Amino acid sequence: MSNPLNPDNLDPRNKKQRIDELAAGSGGTATLTVDDAGHIEESTGVSLIASAWRRLRRNPVFLLGAGITLLFVLLAIFAPLIAPHDPTKGLLLDKVRPQSNPVPGPEAGFPLGADTSGRDVLSRLIVGSRQTLIVGVFATLFGLAGGMSLGVLAGAFSGWVDSLVMRIVDVMLSIPSLLLAVSIAALASRPSQWTVIIAIATVQVPIFARLLRGSMLAQRSSDHVLAARALGVKRSAIVFRHMLPNSLGPVIVQATLVIAGAIIDAAALSFLGLGNPDDRQPEWGQMLGKAQNNIFDNPALAIWPALCIIVVALGFTLMGESLREALDPKSRR
Amino acid sequence: MTETIENTRTRGHSEEPLLSVRDLTVTFTRQGEKPFVAVDGVSFDVRPGQTVGLVGESGCGKSVTSLAIMGLLPQRGVRVEGEVLYGGTNLLTQSKEQMRDRRGRDLGMIFQDPLSSLNPVVPIGVQVTEVLERHKGLSRKAATPLAREMLDKVGIPDPNRRLKDYPHQLSGGMRQRALIAMALACAPKVLIADEPTTALDVTIQAQILALLKELVEDSGTALVMITHDLGVVAGLVDRINVLYAGRIVERGDRHPLFAQPRHPYTHGLLSSIPRLDGERGTKLTPIPGSVSDNLPWANACAFAPRCSQPIDVCVEKTPEFVEDGPRALRCHNPVEVSR
Repeated sequence: MSNPLNPDNLDPRNKKQRIDELAAGSGGTATLTVDDAGHIEESTGVSLIASAWRRLRRNPVFLLGAGITLLFVLLAIFAPLIAPHDPTKGLLLDKVRPQSNPVPGPEAGFPLGADTSGRDVLSRLIVGSRQTLIVGVFATLFGLAGGMSLGVLAGAFSGWVDSLVMRIVDVMLSIPSLLLAVSIAALASRPSQWTVIIAIATVQVPIFARLLRGSMLAQRSSDHVLAARALGVKRSAIVFRHMLPNSLGPVIVQATLVIAGAIIDAAALSFLGLGNPDDRQPEWGQMLGKAQNNIFDNPALAIWPALCIIVVALGFTLMGESLREALDPKSRR
Repeated sequence: MTETIENTRTRGHSEEPLLSVRDLTVTFTRQGEKPFVAVDGVSFDVRPGQTVGLVGESGCGKSVTSLAIMGLLPQRGVRVEGEVLYGGTNLLTQSKEQMRDRRGRDLGMIFQDPLSSLNPVVPIGVQVTEVLERHKGLSRKAATPLAREMLDKVGIPDPNRRLKDYPHQLSGGMRQRALIAMALACAPKVLIADEPTTALDVTIQAQILALLKELVEDSGTALVMITHDLGVVAGLVDRINVLYAGRIVERGDRHPLFAQPRHPYTHGLLSSIPRLDGERGTKLTPIPGSVSDNLPWANACAFAPRCSQPIDVCVEKTPEFVEDGPRALRCHNPVEVSR
């Protein structure tokens, strides 16, 4: 049941290692401003983010990823205007013959044909982008919020707080993520998109927690935190003004990468019937799940939603990877 | 090991020491490992307006001494003994909160690498006002003019614009000036400068040293200057303490110490400085070997293995710290005065 697009679902050890590697790279967040000397930008107030943006603008990989992402975001926002037909109405129902022609093929006005209920596939795909993006983004936001709280807690207090939080995180990481998500989603008595969001967010919490804690630890022993302590700066200010902002880089990058994973996981849950059962609200994973009944008669019905999932996930991944490169001091110059 | 307070400071400084380090001993303990004594009974005084140098090579305990005075050593795995008296209060027995209040207000510190010591994501101005907000209870708005004044005072041109700049937009010298501005924003009475010029190039070094000297003389701040470079302190400090393997081996006022180093280590340090007026082609004289951490002062002189003139007693008995007026020396066989 594990996802071929997300290989680290399988091996929790591998996953931990990768998170720690990402966190270790973050020690450089402090130094990454070094080499990008100020002489290019002698003007006032050019921040770290601005200089990363200048590099990103010229990166074709980022432009491609951002383009794909933007396209689907716009599609989701304006879905009712773009969709040629009502995705809930069985407009071609009279052409559905259960025996000979269960899936009406493409015809004028219906470029991708209709599904077994006679509903326009293109409209369903367009409107379905909403669900997919909502689930992906919200699950990541919730996961980020939860993971960051735990990560700050562990990174700010050393000792037993850190140990306790990190052991909980380790336990969560030791369960394959899709399995954990399926278990959580299965707990809900009435599955809906929110149970999917919660399930996927829960899976992401330990990833963000571990990542943030790692880069907070690197910050704690940094010179500028020592310098701030030497000025008598309060502990809360040290954590929130000096440690946290400098630790966020890898977490933000990971978040963009995780959106792709969240979209795939959400589709997987819907595919397994753990998502929103109401098919008047189209969703790509759910469409994919329904399509498997007619996979031999009409594979196109499965291919279109699958392609959408892959392309959106690719868009977010390309964007995240180029963001990581732009913010990573090691891949500079 | 105890030392009596030396009592021959003049030059118009007040007689009462502002900061008085007594028998400071810092031991790093690690489970399953031999405790390591990084600082071993170090004592020195600093009076208002006075500049005292702590000089020694890497690993001799200079930075640990400064962190111990500031109360910045980690809580676990470190044992700090002795006294650090600031205006009569022993800083080592103060609570964490009390020390936090004192740092930045009573005690300031400047670090070696100005870039890594500044928060990269916060503009310079905010970092200076942060100290003022913290210790003077000002709002950021009220603190901003003071921060501007501070930047101006440490010689940062166009302070209004620089307030909004991020550390990476400043040059090395300006960053160190910004750090000095932060450390001095609340006018601490004691300033500890831990190798403040090591990361800077030579021309900037001179500027920063001149700036420190000026600020100290103007405000009567006591300055503890930590360096490995005797050349750096030559024009700045009033008194020099030479550290070796955690102990002070020689102490003296600047001129007599430079003119007539008695300890072979000090002598070696001075002869290893390249001289402009020396003959061309003469080789530098290094001190052979490096600091050993293997029970350095137990029944021997820690410097004996590297000494140019060891005698038998050097490996049999730990030399005592013998005071003679402003001069003090820990050596069995000092360098002859008439060189």
